[in-house]
Amino acid sequence: MRLAVWAPLVASTLLALLSPPLTRRLPPRHATWALLCAGVLAVAGWAATLALLAFTGFGQIPLVAFLGSWSTRVLHAGDPLPPSVAVACALVLAAMLVALGVASWRRGSELVRAYQECHQLPGDGELAVVDDDRVEAFALPGLPALPEWSGLAGLPGAGGRIVVSTGMLGGLRAAEREALLAHERSHLRHHHHFFLLVFQIASATCPLLRPLAREGAYTVERWADEDAAEAVGDRSVVARAVARAALARSAAGGGPTGTRDGARGGPPPTALLAATGGPVPRRVQALLSPRPRLRRAPLVALVLLLALSGVSLGLAEQTTERLFEHARSVRAQLSDPTATNAPPPDATR
Amino acid sequence: MSSGTDRNGGRRASGELESSVLAILWSAPGPLTASQVNERLPGDLAHTTVVTILSRLHAKGILERRRAGRGHAYAPTRDQAAHTAEQMVSLLDHGTDRGADRGAVLAQFVSQLSDADERMLQQVLLRHPDGDEER
Repeated sequence: MRLAVWAPLVASTLLALLSPPLTRRLPPRHATWALLCAGVLAVAGWAATLALLAFTGFGQIPLVAFLGSWSTRVLHAGDPLPPSVAVACALVLAAMLVALGVASWRRGSELVRAYQECHQLPGDGELAVVDDDRVEAFALPGLPALPEWSGLAGLPGAGGRIVVSTGMLGGLRAAEREALLAHERSHLRHHHHFFLLVFQIASATCPLLRPLAREGAYTVERWADEDAAEAVGDRSVVARAVARAALARSAAGGGPTGTRDGARGGPPPTALLAATGGPVPRRVQALLSPRPRLRRAPLVALVLLLALSGVSLGLAEQTTERLFEHARSVRAQLSDPTATNAPPPDATR
Repeated sequence: MSSGTDRNGGRRASGELESSVLAILWSAPGPLTASQVNERLPGDLAHTTVVTILSRLHAKGILERRRAGRGHAYAPTRDQAAHTAEQMVSLLDHGTDRGADRGAVLAQFVSQLSDADERMLQQVLLRHPDGDEER
């Protein structure tokens, strides 16, 4: 019982810690999907384990046991944890849920605002140029392209817009500008903002997932880089575009995210996307190396890890359910020895 | 979701061409004619295709044009982009809490660099010069 309940906790932790190094050996698209699954499953595993432990603990309170009509003795024998552990589990779970709610609300409403702004941008083309010396380029997600019958198919900005400042355009060569457009196009086409949203919510819910979320933000960029390399047909052009854009941006004072914030002494503005420690050089290096191939070993390891986590979660849930069923039947036997509809007590096991 | 993933190599959608044309005109020092735009576009495009795109962008008010020889020379309309810039001030301002949330949701092309990153990238650009000198 105890082992089965603790197993998903261990599996989730393994998943959180091992998937970033494992996905480093995969092509970015596969890596991003794997990290997404790992993040979601890890959060689910932790939350479910904490819920099961807390529930089993609280079930041993005589009043709760009376209302649920199960035997506290059986529960305690199956899961001999002190009540303080149950309380701690419940508190941690509550904190996780609050963090989940707050992060979902904040990031989600930001995304909705981005949708709105996307539709309000002047023009109806894919590219919106901002006449500004700051060196900026990003994909502004729009609502996904809607079917004809909805009557909203022709909404301006459907599918998203690419926003680029004149400062960025001026800093790049012709082929590199094409690479930049192809990169942003990939973000929009594959709904990368959705992946980023999930990574951020996961890491806000559980700090142990921060490295996973950081890696996910990186693999999303790599995914778009690889698509851009395919579109322009030259990996080194994309590498130069990324390098030149990053250098132009730091020459322009790091843009509004850089030195200005540093001078204010505030915390780094974007914990994930603008993390220091060099995601840009890593991307450039990857683009100057041959196109990554799908290798079997890390993929199999990841799939096994994900499966292990899923199975352990199912087992823990099942074990707890059996324990409660057993506790109920024992209680039923004790209070009404003549009952025939209750399953036979498993006291002999 | 994957409606456009296999669209490489073949004919590019006109929306994508529009973006390329716009990017070229915004980074050019002055107005460009259709053939000058075509020279800067990758691949081999028919002259009429480029003219069509330029006229369409002009009709939308995104480009302004003036006579140049037998055709027109095109330049981006500053008004609209300035208007976009006003709207984008909130988008680009990452200093605030809201800006931080937003910055984390929007995928930006490049993030910040450390000094070591900067040196490394400068070396990359030196070691991998481009054959394409025209800007």
